[in-house]
Amino acid sequence: MIRVLVQPAAIDVAAELDLHDAGGHGASASFIGRVRGEGDLVELFLDHHPVMTEAGLADLAHAATDRWRLSALTLIHRVSAMESGDTIVLVLASSPHRAEALAACEFLIDRLKTDVMLWKRETFADGRAQWVEQREGDHGRAGRWDQA
Amino acid sequence: MALNIAYFAWVRERMGIAEEVVDVPPGIVNIGALVAWLAARDDRGALAFAEPQRIRAAIDGMMMGPGAPLSGAREVALFPPVTGG
Repeated sequence: MIRVLVQPAAIDVAAELDLHDAGGHGASASFIGRVRGEGDLVELFLDHHPVMTEAGLADLAHAATDRWRLSALTLIHRVSAMESGDTIVLVLASSPHRAEALAACEFLIDRLKTDVMLWKRETFADGRAQWVEQREGDHGRAGRWDQA
Repeated sequence: MALNIAYFAWVRERMGIAEEVVDVPPGIVNIGALVAWLAARDDRGALAFAEPQRIRAAIDGMMMGPGAPLSGAREVALFPPVTGG
C-alpha cells in the first residue's frame, strides 16, 4: 500500500502509523521531521503547487518501491502555515527486512529536500520574513543515490 | 493567445497575485520571451522577474527550460528554485 498526501492540516502520526501497520510488516522504518524554532521563528510557511507537489511525492514513492522490496509506504508532507514543533513530514517505510526499510526511508528524506515543489518562508518575532534559498548540501545528499 | 499563468513563493508575492489569465502577444513564443515580456509589462513584473536566471518554469505540470515553446500550453507556472521539504 502506497499512501501519499500533501495537506495543510496537522499530521496525525499515531493514526498514520496505525493505518500503515494494518498489514503487519516484518520491519518498519520511520522518519518524523519537525519545524525547528531557531532564531525566534514564529511561522514556517510552505508554498506548494496544487498538482505538481503531490505528483512529485508520488514519483519519489514509486522510485522507492521500484528500488526496494517494500510492503507499505506512507509519505505525508504538510504545507501552508506551521509553527515550531509541528510535524512537517512523515515517512513510514515497511519491508520484510530492516535494511530495505531503512534505506528507503533515508532515500525518501534526502530526495524530499531537492526533488519536490515546495518553497519555505520563515517569519520571525520581529516581523522579518524571508524565503529560504536552495541549499547545496541538500543536493550533495540527494545526489549520493544517483551513483548507488 | 490566452494563457493561464500561476506564480509561486516570492514570485507570487512580488506579482501580488497567485494567478492570472493573460493575452500573450504573437511574438512571445517561449518561456524566456514570456518572462521578459512580464518584466517589461509593469512595475510588479519588473520586480518579480528582475533576475530571469533565478526563475524556473513548468508548462501544464512539466518542468521546462526558457526555450520551451508556449504553443498548445494551457498553464504556465513561474517560480523560484524549490527549497524542498
